[in-house]
Amino acid sequence: MTTTATKSAQPLRSAAMIASIADAGVRTTSAPFGHALNALAAVDPRIVGLTADLSKYTDMHIFAAEYPDRFFEMGMAEQVMMMAAAGMAQTGLVPFASTYSVFATRRAYDFICLDMAEPKLNVNLVSALPGLTTGYGPSHQATEDIAILRGMPDLTIVDPCDAVDIEQAVPQLAACEGPTYTRLLRGAVPRILDDYDYTFELGKAKVVRPGQDVVFVASGLMTMRGLLAAEELAKRGVDVCVVHAPTIKPFDADTVVEQIDTDRMAFTLENHTIVGGLFESVAGALVKRGVGRQVRAIGLPDEFLDAGALPTLHDRYGLSTQAVVNRVLAELVGR
Amino acid sequence: MTIQTDAPVATIHEPARALPLAERVRRVRDAAYQIRLNVLVEGEAQGEGYVGQALGVADVLATIYADQMRFQPANTEWAERDRFLLSVGHYALAIYAALAEAGVLPHEELGTYAADGSRLPMSAMCTYTPGVEISGGSLGHGLGLGVGQALGLRHQGMADQKVLVLFGDGELDEGSTWEAAMSAAHWKLGNLIGIVDMNGLQADGRTEDVLSNEPQEDRWRAFGWHTQRVDGNDPLELIRAFDAAVALAAPTGQPHMIICDTRLGKGVPRLESREKLHFMKIAADEWDPCRVELTASYTAEEK
Ligand SMILES: Cc1ncc(C[n+]2csc(CCOP(=O)(O)OP(=O)(O)O)c2C)c(N)n1
Ligand SMILES: [Mg+2]
Repeated sequence: MTTTATKSAQPLRSAAMIASIADAGVRTTSAPFGHALNALAAVDPRIVGLTADLSKYTDMHIFAAEYPDRFFEMGMAEQVMMMAAAGMAQTGLVPFASTYSVFATRRAYDFICLDMAEPKLNVNLVSALPGLTTGYGPSHQATEDIAILRGMPDLTIVDPCDAVDIEQAVPQLAACEGPTYTRLLRGAVPRILDDYDYTFELGKAKVVRPGQDVVFVASGLMTMRGLLAAEELAKRGVDVCVVHAPTIKPFDADTVVEQIDTDRMAFTLENHTIVGGLFESVAGALVKRGVGRQVRAIGLPDEFLDAGALPTLHDRYGLSTQAVVNRVLAELVGR
Repeated sequence: MTIQTDAPVATIHEPARALPLAERVRRVRDAAYQIRLNVLVEGEAQGEGYVGQALGVADVLATIYADQMRFQPANTEWAERDRFLLSVGHYALAIYAALAEAGVLPHEELGTYAADGSRLPMSAMCTYTPGVEISGGSLGHGLGLGVGQALGLRHQGMADQKVLVLFGDGELDEGSTWEAAMSAAHWKLGNLIGIVDMNGLQADGRTEDVLSNEPQEDRWRAFGWHTQRVDGNDPLELIRAFDAAVALAAPTGQPHMIICDTRLGKGVPRLESREKLHFMKIAADEWDPCRVELTASYTAEEK
């Protein structure tokens, strides 16, 4: 019998789950969340870990291996994981619970809202694949997770840039009252912020890089892209200031508005739809203070995104370093 | 009014129930072999993917497409078709392999699996691929969508059309699956056929370690379903189970569950015995040996 199937030339691969977001030349740290959680657990016996059948894909397996008795595999049941994490918090434990961003927000919203936020319980959600960090298509692309969650009272929302942010955030998340939601970067995570004079402070935005011509307000992996784009733009004589705003809620409006309210051309950079995320947080802060400055949004479009290889998609939707550089140059020419 | 077109008269793929059983088993075996070959083409093209799952479920898909379903390969929107809903979106390569074998997709396209710009994304979506009925992937949606389709078809007087839903044993963890289970029994959706692929695996490991789900038959029976459990890699058992479900199927009646115990990597001995991983590791130089082993085990079975 002959096979009718044919082989074709090697196409560009999706490498969907393991796609790295680190640009060429950027150092990486393996599983910073898992190791930071272990370090915290060593000094705080209240720390426990839960996952919804995704320990291996959220770096929670690092904790599970070190503390098998403090790790709870809840199965692919995001709703009961949220309820159980809340219940455990009510007994005095400090749970970290992991899944993907899409499933935490779309599937389990009600359980976060009413079981954690309303009673102000110390549950810390860590959710992998935030925004556009997989080529799987809309089922796995959490393009609107912040938009979904921002309206929830008493929820702290963190969008870390890299391993430095994640390592420093973990103990602060545990110390923070009420529930937190962190957009987790997992696997080989970029490490860039320790090249700058920077420390993560929950609730604070920081000027990571000063600059005269343009100001970027960025969060998450887009701060990395912004810093790399700033290096490129410097070569072309454009001096870019980069403000990193990893805490989306509560938002450090004072720092951000002060940086935008200058003559520099301002951009927000976010790995999220331009609806309901960083751009609108900034816009709201400006309007509230009566500051009439134009802000240009770099972020994902308000549409269901394509499936495909992640680098292709970051180019297509304007999140790659080169796309950021091109956008800024185009806007400067147009001014 | 008759609309004149130059299009060829669409052929209807009819269920094979009128054929002798031995002939049907042979057809399913052949289709399963072709599906597995197609899966290896896709896996090799992408260099990774859910190859173990797809090989494991090939006999189930072969039974569905080659033996059980009524559809038009050239017109996947045909209103009178039976519908096959793939809840496990990550089994995409398996359904593409089956659709190619069924004549819906051209074989040449399989090499584009999960590539940029392909109609065959890594997670199956109805917006990309002809013959894919739902956008799955966020797990736990399929059975509930099946409830809606069965209700919708019955409501509109379509008495013969079956709705088949394939979901994974990991999806038994999701509350939404059990909401759908209750709903289907309440609404007496007798044309709804659920198929669960009990491959014993989910993302973090073996289902029995992650979240135990047995006894599975008792659960579906208690929920009011006509329930059967079969070796999901045995075409004869599969044909008999589907025949039994279809014999009892009716617009109003008990919904049907076919629990299929399958083996990850089935048909390729080196993969059958490999560590059971969600993403089975297959080295670049293994694809040809995999094909050789697959053909050898298929030929041995034929004797
Ligand atoms: C709602 C939801 N939660 C989590 C995931 C991530 N995920 C993808 S496949 C998988 C395992 C599902 O188990 P099963 O259906 O048995 O598939 P198998 O492991 O056999 O391929 C998980 C947890 C998902 N896709 N959807
Ligand atoms: Mg499974």
